[in-house]
Amino acid sequence: MPKDHGIGASSKRREDVRFLTGRGRYTDDINLPGQAHACFVRSQVAHGRLNGVNTADAAAMPGVIRIFTAADFEGVGGLPCGWQVTDRHGAPMQEPGHPVLATGKVRHVGDPIALVVAETYDQARDAAEAVVVDIEELEPVLDMKAALADGAPKVHDDLTSNLCYDWGFVEENREAVNKAFEAAHHVTTLDLVNQRLIPNAMEPRVAIGDYNFATDDSTLYTTSQNPHVIRLLMGAFVLGIPEHKLRVVAPDVGGGFGSKIFHYAEEAAVTFAARQLRRPVKWTCTRSESFITDAQGRDHVTKIELALDAEGHFQALRTETYANMGAYLSTFAPSIPTWLHGTLMAGNYKTPLIYVNVKAVFTNTVPVDAYRGAGRPEATFQLERVIDKAAREIGMDPVELRRKNFITQFPYATPVAVEYDTGDYNATMDKLLEIADVAGFEARLAESKARGKLRGLGVNCYIEACGIAPSHLVGQLGARAGLYESATVRVNATGGLVVMTGSHSHGQGHETTFAQVVADMIGLPENMVEIVHGDTANTPMGMGTYGSRSLAVGGSAMVKATNKIIAKARKIAAHLMEASPDDIELKDGRFTVAGTDKSVAWGDVTLAAYVPHNYPLEDLEPGLEETAFYDPNNFTYPAGAYACEVEVDPETGRVTVERFAAADDFGNVVNPMIVDGQVHGGIAQGIGQALLESAAYDEYGQLLTGSYMDYAMPRADDVPFYTVDHSCQTPCTHNPLGVKGCGEAGAIGSPPAVVNAVVDALQRAGHTGVTHIDMPLTPSRVWAAMQG
Amino acid sequence: MTKVTMTVNGKAVSGEVEGRTLLSQFLRDGLGLTGTHVGCDTSQCGACVVHVNGQDVKSCTTLALECEGAEVRTIEGMANPDGSLSVIQQAFQDHHGLQCGFCTPGMVMTASALLAQNPTPSEAEIRHYLEGNICRCTGYHNIVKAIMAASGQDVSHLGSDAIAAE
Repeated sequence: MPKDHGIGASSKRREDVRFLTGRGRYTDDINLPGQAHACFVRSQVAHGRLNGVNTADAAAMPGVIRIFTAADFEGVGGLPCGWQVTDRHGAPMQEPGHPVLATGKVRHVGDPIALVVAETYDQARDAAEAVVVDIEELEPVLDMKAALADGAPKVHDDLTSNLCYDWGFVEENREAVNKAFEAAHHVTTLDLVNQRLIPNAMEPRVAIGDYNFATDDSTLYTTSQNPHVIRLLMGAFVLGIPEHKLRVVAPDVGGGFGSKIFHYAEEAAVTFAARQLRRPVKWTCTRSESFITDAQGRDHVTKIELALDAEGHFQALRTETYANMGAYLSTFAPSIPTWLHGTLMAGNYKTPLIYVNVKAVFTNTVPVDAYRGAGRPEATFQLERVIDKAAREIGMDPVELRRKNFITQFPYATPVAVEYDTGDYNATMDKLLEIADVAGFEARLAESKARGKLRGLGVNCYIEACGIAPSHLVGQLGARAGLYESATVRVNATGGLVVMTGSHSHGQGHETTFAQVVADMIGLPENMVEIVHGDTANTPMGMGTYGSRSLAVGGSAMVKATNKIIAKARKIAAHLMEASPDDIELKDGRFTVAGTDKSVAWGDVTLAAYVPHNYPLEDLEPGLEETAFYDPNNFTYPAGAYACEVEVDPETGRVTVERFAAADDFGNVVNPMIVDGQVHGGIAQGIGQALLESAAYDEYGQLLTGSYMDYAMPRADDVPFYTVDHSCQTPCTHNPLGVKGCGEAGAIGSPPAVVNAVVDALQRAGHTGVTHIDMPLTPSRVWAAMQG
Repeated sequence: MTKVTMTVNGKAVSGEVEGRTLLSQFLRDGLGLTGTHVGCDTSQCGACVVHVNGQDVKSCTTLALECEGAEVRTIEGMANPDGSLSVIQQAFQDHHGLQCGFCTPGMVMTASALLAQNPTPSEAEIRHYLEGNICRCTGYHNIVKAIMAASGQDVSHLGSDAIAAE
């Protein structure tokens, strides 16, 4: 019988009523009295020397209040990078400056040059078009390998080359791995591209700067996944505003997928302009603008090699990846192809020797940073593709080859520096084969054939590292931040609770699930718990939401704070009932003295805490409010197995996803309905990557896929109903809820399933030379592959 | 500036607009009806869908002046007269057909227009009709399911549903 409330129940989302009735409050819905409007003048070329900006005509246009150029930002800091990677020779990465407005050079189409502020948005936009920019065009560098050639134009003149870093992991294993390859019975090699994607949260970014000159308080309203991080980065590194004089508010946010983690130039620019003008300044990104300014994702070019013995045991794995950083280092960019990618290369398998080499490269393109999965989809894709290829080469069933190499003993220390606490990869594979009805595949294949269609089945596994992250560990790895989370639980006199969390919800439903957890712990109805997030003024310092960390890290902080509340409430109850706190039991929101019929209600205790007439004032402070910070001991390791069935039209190469199944182990689950939804969304993004999406630049560095007319977002008729299951649960051993995180799994596990399925379909149809097709698997690519 | 008059969610409204003012701008900035969202500038994403004289249209590519005298309905006017969620809205909540909520107003308005034309659409018909509405969160599974449920179809085979809490 499914639970009807608390942990494990599919409680309906309390967020939904406001979203379904048009009463959400997104950043663009906010309009402040006296507000001015901003429009940015942006580079229309990918690379050029910026010789001058003439604002005279524009400044005289109707409604224009002021036009800011880089000269106005002298004394303002650049946008900081939050992670320093050390290269394989022990040297720090090359770290270029990142000014708020371009100075000296423009480095990608969309690089901001000037900020026009006017009374209305239309006036600002009209004036922006009248700003004259003198740019001497330079040859752009776009291809990563060409960017590293001798004599290539440099994106940053003050760096020695376009190489950000050359990272080796684990460097000490390099020779041992090479030797294992020399001795291997069989080596499978695969060259592949994990193409650049554009995150495309449906809400474009918005930033509103506000300034009260009488109190010297600044406020930024922004579409962010982590308002405290923005406050710290912008306040301390860019504008020099102390945190107590700067408030950052991220209200309802319309999706993030990583792209709203980062501190963007526009946030600093409008906050700065508001201080200068002493009035609010609002900027709303157009979708066209977001295509050339939101940090993009993936963009890896990889060669992967897998060494196997005669029985199919994996002996060693070696990869060489070129990772595109774009024109500047976005906030967490250096960590994505390294620590969030190299550490996942063991996958679900006991490969004893692994070496990962990553060369990060600057190019004249939009910066690249975390996008749903962030490094882990790139690791999973290459690993699960090379295993499929190896299975074909050695004539073994791909599922059997995987099972043969599964890690089965836990905890398991991988050769790439992480220790998996729990998992059961055979269980998720068994569950997958059942829910995907793999046994029925042959019949469906025959039915497709009868209609003249090819059919293929792709199966793969994935593992990810979530619950980011133990601060002491990431500090050693170059993070310039801690990655704990926080919660304050405030109990009111009449018994209701307000939980203020450092996590941020932008679609994940925290207001519902977090309330389920706290209500369950005390035994109260969920509607007695309110969740507050997204405003630095009323939440404790927190690191925000990304990397599937909210419940594992933020939820753990909330559990810690709630346990403190319960401990204190138990003492108050003991006093009220003249018993020992050790004898007090809490059940269904009622305190009882064990073995007696004496009890007090939750509300009696909370009232006593705030009206302490009968209260142990000598031992306890009045009030009932506790804060906790939680810093995890380890990452969490969700894992699972995915299966995709496709049909391919042999005439056109068009691929349709006919069936998709996902068996995930997320550990314990608080709200199964929400977890299903997270997986669904991830799968669609993965199918989008596999079949549809690609950020394409032309030879001049112009983004060809700069709107929804050219960038193929998955639509309702591109995807099927999915079959998802998370009944295989090996709870996390090191957080109090035993949860692992579910936000990214779908996007990590699904691309290889789709590509494996298409290759399978082509192989079954006799196209035995087709061992790989690069994503997206458009009809033309698949058709070309079938022509040999 | 020109005066425009229309009925929005049953109420007569008027305002001064420029020739270039879009219906979405008039609703959001002129009337403060911020439930209608703008997610793109090429008329592709569908977050801005409203009903004009009963027809689902993209308000980001409709001029406010074109709606002179029209009956306009937005997401703010979709609930039942007593304020409770309408059948479609309730189905979206029951079947978790929304996550971040940004595309949701357009999805609800589009779904409502579909059901007015086709009271029991098939899965394929729903997916085809939603072609002009992009959602990045849900993978469409629960949106399609919610619309099927709102039309009275059995969706119990399509995965977990909300259990009424409290």
